[in-house]
Amino acid sequence: MDDLTKQILELLEDNARLTAKEISVMLDVDAAEVQSVIRSLEDKKVILKYLTLVNYERLGEEKVSALIEVRITPQRDVGFDGVAERIYRFPEVRSMRLMSGTYDLAVFVEGRSMKQISHFVSTKLSTIEGVISTTTHFVLKAYKQDGVILEDGEEDRRLMISP
Amino acid sequence: MTITRTDWSEKINPTVQNIPPSGIRRFFDLVTETKGVISLGVGEPDFVTPWHVREACIYSLEKGYTMYTSNSGLLELREALAVDLDNTYHVKYNPRTELLITVGVSEALDLCMRTLLQSGDEVLIPEPSYVSYAPCTVLAGGVPVFMSTGMDDSFRITADLVQSSITPRTKVLLLCYPNNPTGAVMDRDELEKIAEVAVEHDLIVISDEIYDRLTYIGKHTCMAALPGMKDRTLLLNGFSKAYAMTGWRVGYVAGNPDFIAAMTKIHQYSMLCAPITGQMAALEALKNGQPGMRRMVEHYNRRRNMVVQAFRDMGLPCFEPGGAFYAFPQTSVTGLCSEDFAEELLKEEQVAVVPGNVFGTSGEGFVRVSYAASLDDLSEAFRRMGRFVRRRGVRSRLISAPIKIQRPERAGISQSL
Repeated sequence: MDDLTKQILELLEDNARLTAKEISVMLDVDAAEVQSVIRSLEDKKVILKYLTLVNYERLGEEKVSALIEVRITPQRDVGFDGVAERIYRFPEVRSMRLMSGTYDLAVFVEGRSMKQISHFVSTKLSTIEGVISTTTHFVLKAYKQDGVILEDGEEDRRLMISP
Repeated sequence: MTITRTDWSEKINPTVQNIPPSGIRRFFDLVTETKGVISLGVGEPDFVTPWHVREACIYSLEKGYTMYTSNSGLLELREALAVDLDNTYHVKYNPRTELLITVGVSEALDLCMRTLLQSGDEVLIPEPSYVSYAPCTVLAGGVPVFMSTGMDDSFRITADLVQSSITPRTKVLLLCYPNNPTGAVMDRDELEKIAEVAVEHDLIVISDEIYDRLTYIGKHTCMAALPGMKDRTLLLNGFSKAYAMTGWRVGYVAGNPDFIAAMTKIHQYSMLCAPITGQMAALEALKNGQPGMRRMVEHYNRRRNMVVQAFRDMGLPCFEPGGAFYAFPQTSVTGLCSEDFAEELLKEEQVAVVPGNVFGTSGEGFVRVSYAASLDDLSEAFRRMGRFVRRRGVRSRLISAPIKIQRPERAGISQSL
């Protein structure tokens, strides 16, 4: 990865709304060049999507999420990937990772209620062939997401004018 | 018994009495009274001190590090500084005899002046420059002699300018690059010529390099690293700007051991030592803070590019600052003097900048714009400033000749003492 690509990605990761023009000014390069780098990153699926990080808590919105530890049996030729795919295709699954250690898949699930998530685990997830066991941990509180502290009390406390 | 009131104006040392209060003060009050202000008038990083530094400090408090340190500062910190200076500039200092930890560069500057100056000694100071240099000189009995710089010379001093400012009383040459408020940086060639002049006239050089790490064009040249200059240079630096640690008040001075010993006498009787908490934090910053510092510098540089472009688009002439986090656009093209520009901009568009004349008479016609602010704030501030200067007839990308303006005669703003 060249330095320009690295810097563009860093800027976009922090603020996806930056335009190619704005990025080009900040990095002191040609706007067309930035545009073409971004387009090529999108084509190559390096940039997958531009998302908005929302704190629903602030809206008083009830959302329940859980981390489910799943143990599965690997299959010949595809290893963990076959069973994994059957799980991650469910829209309830927000993110999922294969882990080292005592379990195999860390599955993050989001729903409107505990009941809904329980229903998903008991009727869908645990009945998939190859799933040996599941352990569901409900999230009590989110402190930080994607590098952003959700309730950050650190505001700008500097004097308005200083020499 | 009759009650008499003490006439304090008679009691106050006339030298102190005659020092004008900082020109920023009045403007500061105005800013705090105004609502919805975006301030680009802040002379400190907008980053909070990195968490690992704060956490290390908390740990030091838990461990009970609440005592005095040696007058010179924690030896471990001085040792780490000596290594850092050697790695960065290849200049070697003995941490036991050639380094003194001070309460910010501010104290280091004051100590240098008090230890060096006798009544009437002259100190050459580039202008525009930071507000403390002249008052510290005067308080120590010295006479500030300003070397005026402007946009034409990119706010740099030259060896010729230094040479022509020297009199038989000149003792000290003060350097402050990268510069606050202009963002100017010096190149090595000119510094070498200036060093020759300093040697020829036996001048002591006080080099305030607090913004050294915030250099975006070329590489910073440390004055003490130039051939033959280590012994006659007092190198001032600290942690405030590079590591976003302004409130911790930790700085240092590096120089000749005899001079450091003399300074340490004043330091031990007036300050005893820099606070241990700050020194502990500084040590952590030196040990583990380099990657974080480089990231912050990268952020400043992006904003710097944005600022330069914004002024270009607005039509305000602005030389490209190579260091620090300030831009110094020429606002006289609006027909307003620095103070009026800052005041009207604040009233009409709620954007705060610092009038350039606060930094000396050659700063008149300019304002200092700090880009130590968030990208959102910067964008919005430039939109507002753009509107403001358009109303004053400044057209985008059209640079007109600077308009002659009247210098304000207000008291307390001039730096000439």
